[in-house]
Formats: sequence, C-alpha cells, structure tokens
Amino acid sequence: MEIESTPHKHLTGMAMRARRYFERKFPVTRLNFLGILGIGTILFLLAAACIGPVLAPFDPYVQDLSVRLSPPGAVYYLGTDELGRDILSRLLYGARVTLLIVVLVVVISGPIGILLGCSSGYVGGWADVFLMRLTDAFLAFPRLVLALALAAALGPGLENAILAIALTSWPVYARVARAEALLVRDSDYVSMVKLQGASSWRIIFIHVLPMCLPSACVRITLDMAGIILTAAGLGFLGLGANPPSSEWGAMIASGHPYIFDQWWLVTMPGLAILAVSLGFNLVGDALRDMFDPRI
Amino acid sequence: MLIIKDLSVRYRTDLGMVNGLKGLSLTCGREKLGVVGVSGSGKSSLGRAIMRLLPDTAAITAKEMSFGGRDLLKCDQKSAASWRGREVAMIFQDPHLALNPIMKIGSQITETYKRHIGHETLAARRYGLKLLEAVHITDPSLMWNSYPRELSGGMAQRAMIALMLACNPQFLIADEPTSALDVLARQAVLEILDELVESRGMGLLLISHDLGVVKNFCDRVVVIKDGKDIETLPASKLDDSLCPYTRSLLAAQPRLLNRVDGAV
Repeated sequence: MEIESTPHKHLTGMAMRARRYFERKFPVTRLNFLGILGIGTILFLLAAACIGPVLAPFDPYVQDLSVRLSPPGAVYYLGTDELGRDILSRLLYGARVTLLIVVLVVVISGPIGILLGCSSGYVGGWADVFLMRLTDAFLAFPRLVLALALAAALGPGLENAILAIALTSWPVYARVARAEALLVRDSDYVSMVKLQGASSWRIIFIHVLPMCLPSACVRITLDMAGIILTAAGLGFLGLGANPPSSEWGAMIASGHPYIFDQWWLVTMPGLAILAVSLGFNLVGDALRDMFDPRI
Repeated sequence: MLIIKDLSVRYRTDLGMVNGLKGLSLTCGREKLGVVGVSGSGKSSLGRAIMRLLPDTAAITAKEMSFGGRDLLKCDQKSAASWRGREVAMIFQDPHLALNPIMKIGSQITETYKRHIGHETLAARRYGLKLLEAVHITDPSLMWNSYPRELSGGMAQRAMIALMLACNPQFLIADEPTSALDVLARQAVLEILDELVESRGMGLLLISHDLGVVKNFCDRVVVIKDGKDIETLPASKLDDSLCPYTRSLLAAQPRLLNRVDGAV
C-alpha cells in the first residue's frame, strides 16, 4: 500500500512544484478562465494584424460587382459587401487598423495621464487643484461627443481620430494615478527618502510612480474596449478612417442600408468589435483580480 | 549640538488651530536624550518638526531651533536637503511602512550611497554590506537582495537603521523605534543603537512612551506634557523625581510582579 502510494504522492508533489514554477515564471497562468479567454482573443487580434494579409483569401479592396452581397458560403466564408469585396479579408485587414488605434491611443494618453496624475497628487496645492479642475472639465463631457468635436475640428482621418481619442482619455488615468499618489505621499517611506536627500522628481519617478502603475494599468486595459468602441463610433460617423480603408466602424456604416436583407454586412464587423472589446474587458478584470488584493 | 527654545507647532484644521507643541525647550549634545510623554503629548510632532517633515498645514515657531550652529527654522524644503539625512537622520516607528515596499534593501541603500557618497555600484554594495553587518545582520548578502515584506519586524528595523547610517549622520532621532517590535527584538535594536552611538560619537534623541526603556538606556530624560517640557533630569535620578507629573507617570507603569489588592 505504502509502496504504491509513494510514487503517486511524489508525482503530485512534482506536479505541484511544476505548477508553482510556471506560475512564478509566467504570472499569466495565475489568471482565471475568463482572463485566459480574453488573452486568447487579444492574441487572435494580434495574429490577425500580423499575418492577416497572408491568411486573407481575397484582396480587401478589389471590387467584383458580379458577386456583390453574396451570403456567407464556401467561397466567401463571411459573405461579400455591397461592392463585392470579401468581408473576411476586410476584417483581417481591419484588425491592423483597430490595433493601431488602441496602441497609439494608449501610448499617447497613458504616460501623460499617469505622469500628470502622480505629480499632481504628490505636489498638491494649487497645481493639484488646477490639474484636477482641468480633468473635471474633460470628464464633464461624454467622451464620444468630445472626440467628435475634436475630430470634426481637426478634420476626418485616422490620425486625427487617434489624437481626438487620446486627448479625451488621459483625464481618467490621471485621476486613478492621483488617487494612488495621495495614498503614498504622506507615507513614512516617502518621508524617509526625503530625509535621504532625494529630489522631488526622483521621489515621483522612482518611489511614487511605480505604486500608481498597477491600478492605472488595470484602468487602461479596461478602457481599451471603450477606445475601440469610440474609434468604431467615429468611423461609423465618417470622422475616423477614410472610406476605402476597412476599419470596422466604417464597414458597419457602409453596410447599414442593407441590414434587414443582407445581415452579414453589419453583423460580421459588429461581432469582431464585440469580441475584441470583450477580450480587453476580460483581461482588465483578470488583471484587477491579480493586482488588487482588496477584491 | 541640538538647541531648541520655545518651540511651538500648530496645525491648521477645519476646526481651527490645533496645538501640537506649546513652547518646548531642550538641548542635546553627544549623548542619549530620552523624551517621554503620554500619547498626544507632542512627541512625534517634535521629531518631525526638527526634520521639517510636518505637513504644509503645520506652522512652526520658536525662539531658537538650531543644530550645530545651523538655524533650522530658516530652512525651506530645498536647503533642508543639504543637511537632512547627512547630519541629522531619523528612525521611524514601523519599519515596514518606512521602507519602500517594492525596492530591494540593497537598491535602497545604493540609492542613498549614490546620492551622497559616490557613483560606483560595487563600492556601494561593499559599503552597504558593511553597514548591515554593523547592525548585526548575520547574512548581509541575503538581506541585500530581499524585499522589506520578506523581513521580520526586527530585521526590517535593523535594515532601516543601516539605511539611515548610510549618509553617516552625526545625530539620530529615533521616534519610538521599538514600539512595533516584540520584547526580544526591542532589546536587540536598543543594543545596536547604543553601540552605534558609542562607536560613532553620535547624539541620539530617543522618543518613547516607555519609561523603563528610557530609564535604562538614556543619559538624560525630558518629560513632556501637553506640548511643554515639564522636567529635565538625569535618567538615573528619574525614580527620585519630585515633580508630581513625573511621579504620576512612574506610578502608572504596569508592574508584572505587583499583585493587585483583592486579586488572587
């Protein structure tokens, strides 16, 4: 009995050790099922953006009026649109645009928001009041309306849409980062590094900013879904990517007259937007579970 | 070295001004001076007022507050950086709050070393390991790569003392350095402080509510009440004090061996 159970026990120990090893080496494996699903979706988006052109069965821009509005089938897996372009190919090319928007918006607004929020929270006083009233002003408008106004003022186009979305998303990150900075600014360890003669910039960058990163990252990841939706909204209203481009929002816009008879024109890009937004939301939730012990 | 005359600290709050200190005076040279008082008597305000670490809502006034001839009242946050830590250092109550939780002990010591002494990372490591040895850490290189959360209270307190010593200060303010520790770790930390003060010829201002610690450890004692110094006397004479407030503090000490009347 004992002899039989020993190797089994040993194996379980090994499995446990292996599992702990993997969880330490790759923290991703600590995520729950939904989180992994979200990561899978995003990886899928990444893959589509990278090798989409290779996978796409047709050229997304070539029109073939003889097959226009053909339903999903063996040749055109997701059907064709009103100009006879293959929807699957267009979706795959559109993944690139979507990813570009998300990444650029985050790269522009993330650092600005976090840095402003941290400094504002740490410095306090009038600078804090001024910056926070500024974010209040930005937050008072619905995001899409503000982005619309900016995109309309700057002129339609992908770059301007990205700029408009970035300008409307930094205040949220600044607020989150400031809340964390306020928590640490009066802590003993900040007093301690002050005692050791660290400059204000050094304290903000080395000692306060890292504390703000987890919650700001969670906020940004959760926000990516919103960024995609705003970008699709701008595209739908004709203020985002320009027509021949296969941006998903623009695809829905051009397909909407056919929604009752040829449902696939609108449904397929809609599903793509849904899946990717959901993916980012799931990852954001899972990251919050991981970072925030309070929940 | 440290001269304080008539120091007052007042905090601006929504309910008006609240007094932290009301005219406290003390002097401290190269000796161990204990400051005792009950909770809320202004002990911690004193330490933080000297280090200029009070929040912006605090107003400090004094006839004189100087260290080694330098007028501490005239310092703003910028000029304070030149003497804070280098000449006067402070040890906080809870080491786990006073060490950056996401930096290794080694990186924190290196940071201080590079700010004040030199730029070579290797030299910083050698210097830091020596400091950790000086505070009786048995395996300095293990601690060098540890995060504060991986250390026990006593270990972390020693790491903090080492960190404070990194800029080679002449004067140490210890704000209840042992109250977050258990009895054994307490004794060890006090011994380390004693050794450092003796070997480096530093001055020490020990802020505590524990009369027993102060009596056995310090040379002189200042008793404060409601933000004022009530009595200053040699620690050995503490038991013979004639001041009624000091006597009541002594009487209020819990005694393990005294049996309460009526109890079994």
